[in-house]
Amino acid sequence: MQSVFLLVALFLLLNLAAGLWRIARGPTAADRMLAAQLLGTTAVGILLLLAQANAMPAARDVALVLALLAAVTAVAFVRRAWPPVEGGHDPD
Amino acid sequence: MTPIDLLSLPLIALGAFFFFAGTVGLLRFPDVYTRLHALTKADNLGLGLIVMGLAVHAESWFVAGELFLIWTLVLVSGASVAHLVAHSALEKGIRPWER
Amino acid sequence: MGAMTLLGWAFDGLVGTGLVWLAWRALSSPSLYAAVVLFVAFGLLLTLAWVRLNAPDVALAEAAIGAGLTGALLLGALARLRGSGARKASGAHADRPGARISAWPLAATATLAVVCGLAATLIFREPTTVGLGAEVTRNLPVSGVSNPVTAVLLNFRGYDTLLETGVLLLALIGARSFGPAIDYAPEPAPAGPVLEALARFLVPLAILVSGYLLWVGAYAPGGAFQAGAVLAALGVVLVLSGQGRGRMTAPGLAVRFLFVLGPAAFVIMAAATLALQGRLLEYPPAHAGVLILVLEAAATLSIGAILLALFAGSSFGKDNGTGP
Repeated sequence: MQSVFLLVALFLLLNLAAGLWRIARGPTAADRMLAAQLLGTTAVGILLLLAQANAMPAARDVALVLALLAAVTAVAFVRRAWPPVEGGHDPD
Repeated sequence: MTPIDLLSLPLIALGAFFFFAGTVGLLRFPDVYTRLHALTKADNLGLGLIVMGLAVHAESWFVAGELFLIWTLVLVSGASVAHLVAHSALEKGIRPWER
Repeated sequence: MGAMTLLGWAFDGLVGTGLVWLAWRALSSPSLYAAVVLFVAFGLLLTLAWVRLNAPDVALAEAAIGAGLTGALLLGALARLRGSGARKASGAHADRPGARISAWPLAATATLAVVCGLAATLIFREPTTVGLGAEVTRNLPVSGVSNPVTAVLLNFRGYDTLLETGVLLLALIGARSFGPAIDYAPEPAPAGPVLEALARFLVPLAILVSGYLLWVGAYAPGGAFQAGAVLAALGVVLVLSGQGRGRMTAPGLAVRFLFVLGPAAFVIMAAATLALQGRLLEYPPAHAGVLILVLEAAATLSIGAILLALFAGSSFGKDNGTGP
C-alpha cells in the first residue's frame, strides 16, 4: 500500500511540474499567481501522501504550515504587487 | 488488500484525477477566470478525496482531525483567494474570454 | 521493496530537475514579477526535497519562510520598486565597454567543475567521519527535550542560536536604516468583506498552529523559528487586510520590546548560567526542559515581530513611491 501512496505522490508531482510551465508562460501576472496556488495545493497533497508512505507524521505539520502560508502569499499578491495590466488602463 | 485499502484506494485515485483535471484546466483554459475555476476544483475535490482516502488509514483521531483541518484551511483560503483574484482582475479590466 | 526505491528515485529525480529548472528560469526571467513567483515555487519544491531528505524541521522552516513569508516580502518590495519606476530586471547593459565579454562560459565551466568534483568525491571516496549523531543521541536524556534538533539548537549549541537572534535584530536595524522616516500610509483600497472574513478565519488558526509548533518542538519537529514565522504570517495577513494600524511601520515601545525580547532572553540566560555555574549556557538538567521552553517562547515572539516588521516596512508602496 505504501508504494501506491508514493505512486500517487509521484503523479501529483508530475502535475506540479506541468503547472510550472504556466508560471513560466504567464501571460498575465494573475496566471502566474494562480499556478503558484495550484502548486501549493498539490504540494500539500504530496506531503500528506508522503507522510503516509514514508511513515513521517511531521510531514502533515509541514502540509498544515504550507496551506496556511500559501494563503498569505496570495493575499500579498492581490493587495500589493499586482502589476498593471499590459495595455489596459493603469489604476496605480 | 485489507478492506481499508479497498476503501481508500479509489478515493485517492479519484482525488488524483481531480488534481489532474485542475492542472489540465490551468494549462488549457483560455483566461484567468476559467483557470481560477479549474484551480478551485483541485482544491475542493482533489484534496478532499485524498484527505478522505488518507483519513481511513490514520492512526488516531488526532491525525484524522489534522487532515480535515488542512482540507478546511485549503478550502476556505482557496475560495477566498479565488474571489479576491477574480474581483481584482475584473477591476483591472481583464475581460472574460468570449467565444 | 523494489517498487518503493524505484518510485523514490523517480520522485527525487523529478524534484531535483525541477529545482534546477526553476532556479535557471527565476534568474533568467526578464520580468521581476515572474522571477518572484518562480522563486516561491522554488521554495515549494525545496520543501518537498527537505521532507524526502528526512529533515522535517527544515521543511517546516522552508514552508513558512521560503515559500510563504519571502514571497510576501518580495512582492511588497516589488510594489515599492514599481512606484519608483524600475520595472524590468535586465536593462540594456550591452553597450557598456567590457560588457561584451560574456561571463557565461566561465560560470558554466566553473559550475560543471564543482559538480563533477562533488560527484566524484561522493562516489569514489568513503566517508571517514561519522558526524556527531551518536553523541547527540547519547546526551539526549540530559538535554531536557527529546527532539534531537531542538536539543542541539537550544541546548548543546545554544550559543549559536543566541547569535542568530542577534543577527535577526541587526537585520531589522539595518533594513530600517535605509528608509526615510515613515508615516503610516493606510491601505490604498478598503479590504472587502471576503478579505476581512479570511483574516478572521486565519488569525486564530495561525495562533493555534504557532503555539502548537512551539510546544511540539520539544519532542517532534517544530520549534521557535517555525512558530515565529507563522506568527509573522499572521501579522502579515492583519497588515494586508488593513488592520495593522501603523503599529509595525512606526513601532511603539511595546513592539520594540518584542523585537528585543528574544536576544535579551538568551543573553540573560547566558549571563545567569555564567554567573551561577561558571559555564556558558549550560542548563541544570533538572530544569533544562522548562528553561528551553521559556527561551523558545521568547524567541518565537521576537522572530515573529522582527519578520513582520521587515515586511511591514515596505507597506507604503504605491502612494509614497519616494524611495531612498
